[in-house]
Amino acid sequence: MSNTKILLNGIIKENPIFVLLLGMCPTLGTTSSAINGLGMGLATTFVLLCSNMAISSVKNLIPDQVRIPGYVVIIASFVTILQMCMEAFVPALYASLGLFIPLIVVNCIVLGRAEAFAAKNGIFSSGLDGLGMGLGFTFALTLLGAVRELLGTGKLFGLEIFPESFGALIFVLAPGAFIALGYLIALVNKLRKA
Amino acid sequence: MEYVLIFIAAVFVNNIVLAQFLGICPFLGVSKKVETALGMSAAVAFVLTIATVVTFLIQKYILDAFGLGFMQTISFILVIAALVQMVEIVLKKVSPALYQALGVFLPLITTNCCILGVAILVIQKEYNLLQSVVFAISTAIGFGLALVIFAGIREQISLTRIPEGMKGTPIALVTAGLLAMAFMGFSGIV
Repeated sequence: MSNTKILLNGIIKENPIFVLLLGMCPTLGTTSSAINGLGMGLATTFVLLCSNMAISSVKNLIPDQVRIPGYVVIIASFVTILQMCMEAFVPALYASLGLFIPLIVVNCIVLGRAEAFAAKNGIFSSGLDGLGMGLGFTFALTLLGAVRELLGTGKLFGLEIFPESFGALIFVLAPGAFIALGYLIALVNKLRKA
Repeated sequence: MEYVLIFIAAVFVNNIVLAQFLGICPFLGVSKKVETALGMSAAVAFVLTIATVVTFLIQKYILDAFGLGFMQTISFILVIAALVQMVEIVLKKVSPALYQALGVFLPLITTNCCILGVAILVIQKEYNLLQSVVFAISTAIGFGLALVIFAGIREQISLTRIPEGMKGTPIALVTAGLLAMAFMGFSGIV
């Protein structure tokens, strides 16, 4: 597989949210606005990129029986680094994403890509795969966040598109997350068949 | 009274799945049949309660005592993974019948984010040990309640005709949205 193909695979063909349906918890929990979705997506991209490259470089050193705990420790270390950096440099975003930052550790995509790709491929292509998957995840989260923010409050990235009184608040609350994601996936299914 | 409030808040008002979005993967994954939903809920309740007690003690007597707060994520996830393995081994030896019933679900639980989520939430809310246990058990009951209701609805949905593009996950998500809307009716009672 060529490098561009690996990169695009995660963004379009095997998009983690719309196609693989992995990592649903942060997708629903952090997308009350487009900017939160973008922030969460980029945070996950960082962890995916670093953990994929690290795991790929030590894959021959870890015995097969203990590989999962080994991978989890590597992932958890990068999440802790991310947690500290975000708390220091973007405290507002860190506060609004809250619990979902430490929970990147148990995000199925990160461990899934480690097991399915990084454990079998070289460092460079594993990094590309992590970057592609992360960007695909970011794209999906930003899109869902934008849809929810627009329908719920009439704003997009904080800019007013139509007056807030026309918005349906339900889209910012919990039920709107499920419903908006459901229709987005249905739309993607339809486009993929066409 | 305080414990009753924690219970009601965790089961209905801040339902772990429908209001806090933790544990969505098993919620969507093992909710096709009521029977498997019950098995999964029991396994989660079992592991969640033990894990919360163990991580609480670790936070109190190791991380806090030695000022290692930054190791929270790493130590918790390792403890949970080890715990799930241990529960599996012990259960296999002590109660083969229970192991048969929960066996398939146990390995899946390590990556269930509600276990790690509750362990961290309990620390953030500064609960004491007894409050933490009550919170963990009520959260597990809330998870079970949402999962079993959802599985019941999905069993019915599988018998109806659904537009092509909506089949599978999309219709499940919209159903979950409607269920979440119903649970929103509980907000404000605590």
